[in-house]
Amino acid sequence: MENRREFLKTTAAGALLLGAQSKLGLAAMIDQHAGSGKSKVVVARDPGVNAGGAKPDEKRVLDLLDRAIASYTGHDHPVEAWKHIVRQGGGEGKTIGLKTNGLGGKGICTHLALIMAVAERLQQAGVKPGNILVWDRNARDLEVCGLTINTDPSRIRCYGSDVSGFEDEQSTFGSAHIKLSKILTRECAMVIGLPILKDHSMSGVTFAMKNMYGVVDRPQSLHGGNCNPGVADLNCIPVVREKVRFTIGDALSSVYDGGPGFRPERLWYPNALIVGEDRVAVDHTAWQMLERKRAEVGMPTFEAAGRAPRYIATAADHEHGLGVNDPQRIHLMEI
Amino acid sequence: MNSRSIKWMLAVAAIALVAVAASTGCKKTKVDPFPASGAIADWQKTSDTRTFAAKDLWQYIDGDAEQYISAGIVSTSTSDYKYQGQLEAVVDVHTMGDVSGAHKILTTGQTSDAKVLQLGDEGVQYGQSVTFRKGKTLVRIVAYESTPTTPQALLALAQGVQAKL
Repeated sequence: MENRREFLKTTAAGALLLGAQSKLGLAAMIDQHAGSGKSKVVVARDPGVNAGGAKPDEKRVLDLLDRAIASYTGHDHPVEAWKHIVRQGGGEGKTIGLKTNGLGGKGICTHLALIMAVAERLQQAGVKPGNILVWDRNARDLEVCGLTINTDPSRIRCYGSDVSGFEDEQSTFGSAHIKLSKILTRECAMVIGLPILKDHSMSGVTFAMKNMYGVVDRPQSLHGGNCNPGVADLNCIPVVREKVRFTIGDALSSVYDGGPGFRPERLWYPNALIVGEDRVAVDHTAWQMLERKRAEVGMPTFEAAGRAPRYIATAADHEHGLGVNDPQRIHLMEI
Repeated sequence: MNSRSIKWMLAVAAIALVAVAASTGCKKTKVDPFPASGAIADWQKTSDTRTFAAKDLWQYIDGDAEQYISAGIVSTSTSDYKYQGQLEAVVDVHTMGDVSGAHKILTTGQTSDAKVLQLGDEGVQYGQSVTFRKGKTLVRIVAYESTPTTPQALLALAQGVQAKL
């Protein structure tokens, strides 16, 4: 175990080395690859997490989250890891948003067990319940996850952009000309994305970056060209780029074809969480996971299906600079 | 009265008759395809029906909307159901512009493990879903859980919807 002086030194060095790709600098704490400028992504699996039936086991989800965060940050103690995440993310004493995804309905939405596990660890790390805001497009998208709408600031808050409304002024980057949810612009100091891994009939893959379509007033305006460059452009809008600091991707279950809606005949259980700060590296990792599943069942690649997720490469290009999609520059940890 | 005047009078009378008929009992009633609670054994309708016009469909299915729009969708109505108080399901009724559009959506992504159904004009069933077309109406019913009774229960609900179309 390193002492505090060594820890701080490592953290500071890592933060400088990782630069814009990992704004939290979490992965740099003990990551020996940090010096090479690689983006770290952790894929944590528990084959037994869904063994009990339709819903994943809550205790095992919490354990899986702890393992993922411990591997990512290097902290064995989850509460300490979460304190660091909150501090580095600028969330201390402020509102931290958990952006879920309930678009696909009850069958394929962010799992309640994961949302509650993250909320539990945040509270143990000193975040007041009222400073945790679970949010999505609207009440329906939250309720399908099993959540209850609550605006009482003495408890964990949970409501959608249908309650907060959208900014009057348009935000623009490239092809994206949208109005952002006031939850993102006014309420949250920091956002942790909790997307669920899905096939998408247009973009190919929907996960970390595509989850941001749920923070704008007219997501349909960003679907042209198989969502390219819409996804990348949206994530480049400063408030989206700066506030969405971390992804804890839900791959406990997934649909590998026929998405983004629920296709029970294409349901699959990767039993995994995909964690990282670099949203591009996270999406690239998730894409490869879906490709492997499709190959396993004899389905065509996304390229052959005419919907390769080109927005991932766009997000990594010089103009966007949101992260890396080169496997050589991703430090993938599968645990 | 010459024959020309008689023809004019007959034409005006015919138009008046059509107008009266249209404003009274001859008007076609809008079909409600959603069975009420208890109409199909053990099935309860657990939500209000929501309807989305083509231009608003993204609010319900976001990116999926494009394929329906390109196939000529007019509107989608949806409602939640519950079987024996436990098994949850959703019924989506898509009104397409024509039969070919409904057929196109039905067959897109269909795989060899689909069981062909004699329901409506054409239909298929998987373990947790039933999809069928009747005319230009496409119905998709999806259960959120797989149980031994799911296929039979879904089929019963699908037959109930089909009977109302």
